[in-house]
Amino acid sequence: MERKIRVLVAKPGLDGHDRGAKVVASALRDAGMEVVYTGLHQTPEMVVEAAIQEDVDVVGLSILSGAHAVLFPKIVDLLKERGAGDKLVIAGGIIPEDDVEELKKVGIANVFGPGTTTTEITEYVKKEIASRSK
Amino acid sequence: MVSTDDLLKRFTDGDRTALSKIITLVENHESSFPDVLDRLYPRTGKAYRIGVTGPPGAGKSTLVSGLVQRVRADDKLVGVIAVDPSSPFTGGALLGDRIRMQDIGIDPGVFVRSMATRGSLGGLAEAAGDVADVMDAFGQDIVITETVGVGQCELDIAEACYTTVVVIVPESGDAIQAMKAGLMEIADVIAINKADREGADRIARQTQAMLELRGERNGWSPPVICTIASQGDGISDLFDQIEKHRVFQTESGLLKKHRRGNVEATVKAIVESEIHRKVWGERSLSKLHSLVDEVMGGKRTPRQASAEILSMIDGR
Ligand SMILES: Nc1nc2c(ncn2[C@@H]2O[C@H](COP(=O)(O)OP(=O)(O)OP(=O)(O)O)[C@@H](O)[C@H]2O)c(=O)[nH]1
Ligand SMILES: [Mg+2]
Repeated sequence: MERKIRVLVAKPGLDGHDRGAKVVASALRDAGMEVVYTGLHQTPEMVVEAAIQEDVDVVGLSILSGAHAVLFPKIVDLLKERGAGDKLVIAGGIIPEDDVEELKKVGIANVFGPGTTTTEITEYVKKEIASRSK
Repeated sequence: MVSTDDLLKRFTDGDRTALSKIITLVENHESSFPDVLDRLYPRTGKAYRIGVTGPPGAGKSTLVSGLVQRVRADDKLVGVIAVDPSSPFTGGALLGDRIRMQDIGIDPGVFVRSMATRGSLGGLAEAAGDVADVMDAFGQDIVITETVGVGQCELDIAEACYTTVVVIVPESGDAIQAMKAGLMEIADVIAINKADREGADRIARQTQAMLELRGERNGWSPPVICTIASQGDGISDLFDQIEKHRVFQTESGLLKKHRRGNVEATVKAIVESEIHRKVWGERSLSKLHSLVDEVMGGKRTPRQASAEILSMIDGR
């Protein structure tokens, strides 16, 4: 049986908008993936716990509030600590160019800005996961 | 790649990452899954299994979250399996039950796993049962399975649980709808959720009346409880009724009978899926295709074609 790609779409931070996250979650579902959506206001601990319990291949983080510089590295660290450092972690939202490089250094595989199409994201995820399972 | 032995060792040491990996392996039917399930089986049988089902959006996840918190107050360990439908067209699924389970998200005594139906023909109930077995073996005292009360598979899952809670809401006609969908048949306890809305009392009375018509079954008549899951109202009443049903089933010997029925269903399902797998090998599939050509060409009937295949299987 073909292995399903499982993705967690999480919305850490305090801002109350999850339209973007929902659009991405739906697009990933339409691309044939199983998408666990956790809702708003997730702490890094909650995101990591959910990623572990759901055994997802991909963790997609969405944020608008500018707290990414603190929250995202924390999530990556916690995942490593729990023996789940092999998950593909990607991010989306409004993230300044300068921060993108920083985030990539700490282990966020890719950052998708506001102009990204959902197809770019789904294709990226498929390609990455396919190359990993080889 | 970690070895199965290593994974099982970590599992028995209480490592939640190992639990999660084993669930995946079982759910995906990876090659080691029969061996893993066989090795875990002796550890199963301790968890009490509760099914929660009802129409989409009735508040099942919110209610499950409340029940979990109630169970945690007694310091028991809980596993939750939240089943949502896969799209028949793309095979994808949006699993959103965790949204309503935020409060139990990082409690180390709780493990929540979302599962997509994956359109597996009848295999869903087995898959959900296997995952419940894994959680049971891990040491969870209670396993709660949430399914949407639509297709037969979903009802089968709920029914395989020892106590089935059916959740309905005070929308007009919902009790009748639930009756039609076969939900009332499998209910051990009924929750009228969203009791903050107009008409909860009326539907509670209606449901009660319908249940009286149905009559007592095996000495149990399902209680009807009003709940407001989003405010935590009625949860402890609901839990008390589940507990009462558990005690009733245990003392009357029905629990044992239920378990026996589940084992029988599991054995049959495994045999049937193995037969299916064995029957449709390369040789019989190519035979099938040539026979279909003959049927299309007017040389045989479908029944004669199947007789041909059956005799081929019997003969080997
Ligand atoms: N007014 C009211 N709303 C409720 C109550 N319980 C749950 N809700 C709301 O109903 C909506 C659906 O709740 P869920 O718990 O996700 O329902 P569900 O049955 O699990 O939904 P699916 O899994 O999608 O079928 C949410 O917006 C809840 O906040 C209640 O007692 N009263
Ligand atoms: Mg739900």
